[in-house]
Amino acid sequence: METLSILVVDDEPGIRSGVRRILAGHRVSFPFMDDDYMFECREAASGEEALLMLEEAPPEILLLDNKLPGMDGMEVLEIIRQKKMDIMVAMITSYASAEIAARATDDGAWDFIPKPFTPAELKSSIDLITKQYFLKKITRTMKEEGKKIRYQFLSVLSHELKSPLNALEGYLHMIRDKELGSDLQDYDAVLDRSLQRVEGMRSLIMDLLDFTKIRLERKDEKIEQINLRERAEMALSTIKPLAIQRNISVSYKGGDVYYDADPSDLDIMFNNLLSNAVKYNRDGGEVEVMIRKKSKGVEILIKDTGIGMNEEEVSQLFKEFVRIKNSRTRGIDGSGLGLSIVSKIAELYGGHIHVKSIPEKGSEFSVILPPS
Amino acid sequence: MVMNEEKKKTILLADDDPDIIFQMKHHLERWGYEVHAVESREEAERYLEGACPDLAILDLMMEEEDSGFILSYKIKKCRPEVPVIISTAVAAERGISFDMNSPGSRTWIKADHYLEKGFKMEQLKLLVKKYLD
Repeated sequence: METLSILVVDDEPGIRSGVRRILAGHRVSFPFMDDDYMFECREAASGEEALLMLEEAPPEILLLDNKLPGMDGMEVLEIIRQKKMDIMVAMITSYASAEIAARATDDGAWDFIPKPFTPAELKSSIDLITKQYFLKKITRTMKEEGKKIRYQFLSVLSHELKSPLNALEGYLHMIRDKELGSDLQDYDAVLDRSLQRVEGMRSLIMDLLDFTKIRLERKDEKIEQINLRERAEMALSTIKPLAIQRNISVSYKGGDVYYDADPSDLDIMFNNLLSNAVKYNRDGGEVEVMIRKKSKGVEILIKDTGIGMNEEEVSQLFKEFVRIKNSRTRGIDGSGLGLSIVSKIAELYGGHIHVKSIPEKGSEFSVILPPS
Repeated sequence: MVMNEEKKKTILLADDDPDIIFQMKHHLERWGYEVHAVESREEAERYLEGACPDLAILDLMMEEEDSGFILSYKIKKCRPEVPVIISTAVAAERGISFDMNSPGSRTWIKADHYLEKGFKMEQLKLLVKKYLD
């Protein structure tokens, strides 16, 4: 239950107390609102008094008579507009003139309540204003949250880009100052590490490009029927050199499965999942890809025999820039964007991804895509 | 005359970036300090159970976004005399700025100095000397 405060501005005491009486105990509820609204009325007998009260404690709603002894309602409205006060205003007018209505609307009034009004008329106006108030509030919150997420993304991104730069800068200083002596060979390790950090930064930028691509809409004109087995095998052949180095076997199980999608989306997804399955595997381990047609679409299953994760780590996994940091993942490079990209793609097709994982045993990622 | 060789001062260095560890360790050792380097808050805590460094240099973001603060808090709680330097690349772009000199911030940050990454080694040297010599 939320209570909105209403300021009633009218020079007739009868109208003020009438409004107060009608709205006492009145509740507004719409199916889309979480909470009911109730009202609390305050009164002002003139425009001047109203302005003082607005300054002190602005109400959510203002019921404003136009014909007032000193300054009139339109002038009050004008000041509210100039001061950019965030108040929903309804004008009470005894002679419904089109001219006043037009001027007041220009100045930000939301509604008109013709005088004299019945309790039912007043209540229905209040209901409407409350609905508008609620929608305005929701829109504002959503905008703020969107801004916050963007800001967070950028600040984390700049941190991720700065870290390799700091490391590189440190190494360059060491080389320039001949910290390791005059024998060039003594710098091999430092140079290798520098090159690796450059590589890491490059892959971060590539992931970032994928990421921004997915942030955009899914492109219907690029959707075609694709054989998921072919896309998976292509990704497998890309990852094979890395797998061979570490004696990890990679295999595809199953036949052809067709699905309507943008092939580049599926490529990004397979490449990310398979490179993780190899990167976070143990030497001599296995990676298995299975794709199955199901009654409710297709399931892509990628199993590895790697280092696995605990529950807490799994819960963090799909957030942007999150990398699981523990003794087992030390020395494994990554941008922290791969899985959040994969889950965004799955969502783009109305699907989802979930993970089963046991530390030291391995992980199983499954992507479920609904029928295309 | 034989003098007792002065015992080297020990520095706990915690940073999850192995390259930063390598570089800082190299410099600190060259300046004559003994360095115990760890790559996580967890490891640092294990080390602190059995040892007491003369100075701690902690990265802010390790396992958590604020690992450095947590560690610093724990060090100060049982060994308030150990100076703590927190280093991070995170401050400038997040708009967080720490002013270690105001009494208010000192009560909650619980570190002696705050160092923004990308610092010059000379800067580090002066700072370490200030706390150890």
